Amino acid sequence: MINPTPMSEEHKQQVPLQRLLVLLLAMMAAGLGYAVLSLPPSAPGLSGWVAENLDTSGVSNPVTAVLLNFRAYDTLLEMGVLLLALLGVWSLGSIPQRHEPTPGAVLALLARLLVPLLILVAGYLLWVGAYAPGGAFQAGSVLGAAGVLLLLTGWYPDARWMGLPLRMTLVAGLAVFVVVGIVLIALGEQLLEYPPPLAAALILLVEAAATLSIGITLAALFMGGRPSAGSGR
Amino acid sequence: MSHAFFYALLGVGLFTFGLYALIIHNHLLRKILALNVMGSGVFLVLVALAKRSQAADPVPHAMVITGIVVAISATALALALMLRLQAETGRAELPEESLE
Repeated sequence: MINPTPMSEEHKQQVPLQRLLVLLLAMMAAGLGYAVLSLPPSAPGLSGWVAENLDTSGVSNPVTAVLLNFRAYDTLLEMGVLLLALLGVWSLGSIPQRHEPTPGAVLALLARLLVPLLILVAGYLLWVGAYAPGGAFQAGSVLGAAGVLLLLTGWYPDARWMGLPLRMTLVAGLAVFVVVGIVLIALGEQLLEYPPPLAAALILLVEAAATLSIGITLAALFMGGRPSAGSGR
Repeated sequence: MSHAFFYALLGVGLFTFGLYALIIHNHLLRKILALNVMGSGVFLVLVALAKRSQAADPVPHAMVITGIVVAISATALALALMLRLQAETGRAELPEESLE
């Protein structure tokens, strides 16, 4: 299109193109569906292997065992991704100047009621992750939701928390993970290969730091920019 | 056909609809949402296919949790980039490209 055409005409010209797109996507969906349906109807995958080694993992919830023991490497890198995303957001500018929000009575009351409850739920999810669905990421996202709720009501952390303390909390999850890994290497194990007697304690330590970092990182992502150490807003 | 395949096919459908929306829409917010729908489709396929044995395979579940966190991070970064683009150019859209 060389000349800018009116909207309706442009749409008219695009209709054949759109039909072609629908056709191509339908073919792709059919191919993907065929690929899914051609998989064996019963496949235990790695579940047998996980179940065999669950006793040495320190936790009894297989998903937590995979996340923080068998495939802890993935989780370590994932904490790095979360931190990198935050660094990316921070590098785009400082917290956007927003008009002073005046939360309604309902929102203010709701935040006051929900935030302590959310923190409690986060602690529960962190603890229960050892033997039931739950864990660091679930707890961290609940904590992040509490932070978002607080930010929506116009609450901002005091300026003195926005400098070093915030940054320390943000890297705590990754830092504890890396330190645990390196200490284990120094003790003659592989990276993040927990000795079975210590596994439960180490997983809880890593998870607690990760929960805090994930929650604060998510809330910081919601702020949408780098907080300057000098000013709270 | 077991339940696992029904949900896996739903996941394929979500992925396809997301891809359609990603291509069709100009506005970046819609593109970001479309990417999230595509990601949800992939997660649904993974979780559904994990249920092809008596006890669900925990490895895809762990992968999905990892994937969700990465998707959240990517979404947050994409939204920040979109807001920055809007602040710079006044539009949250990519420049129109000639199809010729």
